[in-house]
Amino acid sequence: MGGPHPTDEPQREGRLSRRGLLLGGGAAAGAGAALLIGADALVRAARPDATPEGEPAPHGRDVVPFHGPHQAGIHTPPQAHAKFVSVDLAKEVDAEGVRRLLVLLSDDAARLTQGEAALADSEPELALVPARLTVTFGFGRGLVERVAPDAVPSWLRPLPDFATDRLRSEWSGGDLLVQVCADDPVTVAHCARMLTKDVRAFGTVRWAQDGFRRARGSEAAGTTMRNLMGQVDGTVNLEPGTEDFDRLVWAGADAPAWLRGGTGVVVRRIAMDLEGWDRLDRPGREEAVGRRLSDGAPLTGEREHDEPDFAALTPLGFPRIAEYAHIRRARTENPDERIFRRAYNYDVPVAGTAGHDAGLLFVSYQADVERQFVPIQRRLDELDLLNEWVSPIGSAVFAVPPGCEEGGFVGEGLFGA
Amino acid sequence: MHPRPRRRTVTTMAVLALALVGCAQAEPTAPEQSAPPATTQAEAITVEDAWIKAVSEEEGMTGVFGSIVNSAGQEAELVAAASAVAARVELHEVVTGDDGNALMQEKEGGFTVPAEGRHPLEPGADHIMLMDLGGDLAPGDEVEVTLEFSDGSTTGFTAPVKDYEGANENYGGHDHGAEE
Repeated sequence: MGGPHPTDEPQREGRLSRRGLLLGGGAAAGAGAALLIGADALVRAARPDATPEGEPAPHGRDVVPFHGPHQAGIHTPPQAHAKFVSVDLAKEVDAEGVRRLLVLLSDDAARLTQGEAALADSEPELALVPARLTVTFGFGRGLVERVAPDAVPSWLRPLPDFATDRLRSEWSGGDLLVQVCADDPVTVAHCARMLTKDVRAFGTVRWAQDGFRRARGSEAAGTTMRNLMGQVDGTVNLEPGTEDFDRLVWAGADAPAWLRGGTGVVVRRIAMDLEGWDRLDRPGREEAVGRRLSDGAPLTGEREHDEPDFAALTPLGFPRIAEYAHIRRARTENPDERIFRRAYNYDVPVAGTAGHDAGLLFVSYQADVERQFVPIQRRLDELDLLNEWVSPIGSAVFAVPPGCEEGGFVGEGLFGA
Repeated sequence: MHPRPRRRTVTTMAVLALALVGCAQAEPTAPEQSAPPATTQAEAITVEDAWIKAVSEEEGMTGVFGSIVNSAGQEAELVAAASAVAARVELHEVVTGDDGNALMQEKEGGFTVPAEGRHPLEPGADHIMLMDLGGDLAPGDEVEVTLEFSDGSTTGFTAPVKDYEGANENYGGHDHGAEE
């Protein structure tokens, strides 16, 4: 992962908390001020303010700005926990209904991401630990068509069929994506619950998927994640803050006006056959991918980020990185066919002896899904030894609008488009 | 970012402007360095974090919640409220009835907002009750509410309607609020 984006530095709330102001002001203002300490102040008093001397402040107080030119949760360094919720809008929800829903969702997200309770928050104490909470909204074709049928990006539709797909409708599609990420799973749960309560009057949850990475602080920031097959996953990736990232992730002049500064997201549930993978020994595993398991270095290199030498041959004259190796198949000569990956692991408890229900929530952002994602997936679909152990079982594509300013709402550009 | 949590302040300048019309005939005064003292109670009032529980027309009544903030050095007496969506609007408190259950009733004398303080409006506590609704209040609707103070001054605010399962206190022996 790349360095943090300038607008994306986690902010720690200052020491001058509202609670301090209320209580301090109360003491000065006299008797009437006792009334100040209503439920509002009691909730704020629950803030984990006290940090024992010599210990670092808890990072649960870190906040990522909600407002800005881009939605947070894309170029934000990946948080440890994520929940992706896809919503089917009710048939009767028209453009005005969509607008009302988006206003509610943006307001809740703006508050919760800053460590404040949402309006009508039934568990306001749970909102006080933002832990870098971000909420990112994506629009399916069904939503955009209800508001601006002439402004649907051409790529906003299900991906073409791939031979290796084993897609199930309960993990695919949807009109609205709500992506919730934070370093604390309680924060994710509370935020997702508040937002799905907003949704209740407008539609139903089509699917929800939880994902996780290493816990925050358990390894150095910026370490490439490992998937549950043990592989270093995501070495070759666009880096936030670079020119390539800005050009290939953020939608530009060729996108509908409402989407500029936004992006497109592909969310795919990739099931792993971990029992089958267990039968493969270590050299076989490394050959399937073309990288060493120990550090993710290409089989022709020494370090993770070494450029693979696809021309290198073994003493017997075979390619050192096999023709069917994942990294060879994923590679392209076209510099525009690149994407930004921000994946999470999933591992659903299974009782009995059925084995594991585990895999990867593959999440990639790209300005144009058709031009950037599809060619890569086509090559992997045609030939990739890894396909022996992984199967896409869910797939959805959403257009992610740009961010909004304070007082606005995400997706406002769609109205009047 | 802000050194402390951001808050939303909702105020209606139009209403404020109306309240000031009465002063329009006064002698023009030189601009002052510090904020002039409020001439009416309403001028010093803002409403933060306002919201209204979604209900259907058949349910007939619902609560307005939030926080009434008074920036003046003297207390403000909220005596009445009004809204175009409701034929009747009352200021309510929640008390423990004779049977031990929470009971909602009209608050005599209204709400006192302390000087440089706030008066919270919350489910299960003081709130503004919209009654005899003229239609559904659906999630995402925006409702304007006007507050009237003991000196006759008024101010308004806009509150979004939100889905909420709570705020089901009994009112005069009858059920109020959404039963799902």
